Amino acid sequence: MSGSAITAVEKLETGIPGFEHVSVGGLPKGRTCLLSGTAGSSKTVFAVQFLVEGIRRGEGGVFVTFEESPENIMSNMLSFGWNLEQFVGDGKLAFVDASPQPEQELVEAGSYDLGALLARIEYAVGKVQGQRVSVDSLGAVFSQFSDVATVRGELYRMAVALKKMAVTALLTAERTEEYGPLARFGVEEFVADNVIILRNVLDDEKRRRTLEILKFRGTDHAKGEFPFTVIPGEGVVIIPLSETKLEQKSSTLRVTSGNHTLDEMCGGGFFRDSIILVSGATGCGKTLLVTAFVSGAQQQDDRCLLFAFEESREQLFRNASGWGMDFETMEQEGRLKVVCVYPEVMGLEDHLIRMKKEIRAFKPTRVAVDSLSALERVSTGKSFREFVIGITSFIKHQEIVGLFSSTTPTLLGGASITEEHISTITDSILLLRYVEMFGEMRRGITVLKMRGSMHDKGIREYAIDGQGMHIGAQFHGIAGILSGQPMQISQPEIERMGSLFREELGE
Amino acid sequence: MNKFRLTLYVTGHTPRSEKGIRNLQRICAEELQGKYEMTVIDVLEQPQLAEDQKILATPTLVKELPPPLRRVIGDLSDTEKVLLGLDIAAVGESNEGRGK
Repeated sequence: MSGSAITAVEKLETGIPGFEHVSVGGLPKGRTCLLSGTAGSSKTVFAVQFLVEGIRRGEGGVFVTFEESPENIMSNMLSFGWNLEQFVGDGKLAFVDASPQPEQELVEAGSYDLGALLARIEYAVGKVQGQRVSVDSLGAVFSQFSDVATVRGELYRMAVALKKMAVTALLTAERTEEYGPLARFGVEEFVADNVIILRNVLDDEKRRRTLEILKFRGTDHAKGEFPFTVIPGEGVVIIPLSETKLEQKSSTLRVTSGNHTLDEMCGGGFFRDSIILVSGATGCGKTLLVTAFVSGAQQQDDRCLLFAFEESREQLFRNASGWGMDFETMEQEGRLKVVCVYPEVMGLEDHLIRMKKEIRAFKPTRVAVDSLSALERVSTGKSFREFVIGITSFIKHQEIVGLFSSTTPTLLGGASITEEHISTITDSILLLRYVEMFGEMRRGITVLKMRGSMHDKGIREYAIDGQGMHIGAQFHGIAGILSGQPMQISQPEIERMGSLFREELGE
Repeated sequence: MNKFRLTLYVTGHTPRSEKGIRNLQRICAEELQGKYEMTVIDVLEQPQLAEDQKILATPTLVKELPPPLRRVIGDLSDTEKVLLGLDIAAVGESNEGRGK
């Protein structure tokens, strides 16, 4: 059983970003692995990248192609920055071209085997001292020959030969359904030890790519589907959700929220390595709070990275100067970087990778995202949940403070899907709510949750003017603000309720 | 009539290889009456040649001359198909029996 604690199977680090985590160290070394997926699931890219990463580590690679010509593959892979032609010239990569030759008619007269193919593979492996072999794709062999039984037998012989050569091999196979039989032509029967599935599911008009390791015989791997994306210049990037384990040190260091009263409500500011969610309806001052948080970097000599998904850079800067905060100077001093992107320009997986890249490059001490709910509209619920977990765990791992804003769909009260996903991950939640009182709209702020710290439990009124946000006193005599149905309670009633609890406590 | 230049690719000295060679010799003797040049290549010994010619299956018979270039795979036990594949008999351009 694969559950045995004694595992002698060595792993080969593939170098494909994220794969080592999902596979717990890489592909089983010296074995063959089936890579199955539907058309367009990036099998070929994965298979080529596997070789390219090996070549970068000094391991020779052999690519056996049954489908596309080597010339086609070489030109297609240039967009990922992989110069295969040069690798071939340097003797690090060899192609075994078994693609159909349409100009040559082929007549079958009697029984045959694929001995020449095996000889060529073996020859190529010897030529480049290959340690990695990719075969793309098994199903295409069947279309070249009429004798299915022979081809099956010969492919089995090939799998055995690859094992004997002690190379780590990736054999791709196509399947017709995302959740159906493993592969066509029953090829999984002879490369059954290790199986990886690539999926490209259309869900709610959005494509979602995932990778799943179905089995690794005799060795461990992470279970379930992991999202991945294919990026120009990089190739396949797998996004492991639990890459960062919950083992961050927690800091007792506080940083300012940019608003003095809010700092007091939070018991002295936000923790240095915490995630804060600001939730509120449209127009209630979320962006102001984000802006204040950004300018907080000015006071403590730290650096802020702002991801804006709703407003342009000009709008943000104008708003900030309207509240008396000078983003331009901060930017010139290198203490602020604003990244403005429309959520629609790319998939959420790509956003995540890009954000991580920006954070790594700028090395900020605080990160603000305005707003998370704007990203929600470009993805499926599942992708969004993974994105939120991915970005928050990454930020926490960097031991920096992250502020996320989120728009509630209703004006009064209410929660959003965003909060549903993020609320358990965040360390602090700030609620901004409209309060309808005596025929006018007023605004209330409360610290709903603050992990590891005392905080103000009251709902306090705030006002916005040219100087920013001014947090005032607690709402008195009002109940039901958070539910969106504020009710005035008369003074005697409050006293009566208070005494009720006192009696219960035995006073 | 032009000379036929035929190359047969085989894998080692297996019964299938021997059978392919014997069949080819027989067909050549019966049908080509000395107007041929025949080479046998063992892909285990000369894999680069198999690579250059993109040979997958063995035995593979390649008719290099006269044009057009033709390939027949298998142990050549089906004489009719061999002749058809090599475009020798006056079978014409019938597609019957050709590999898919």
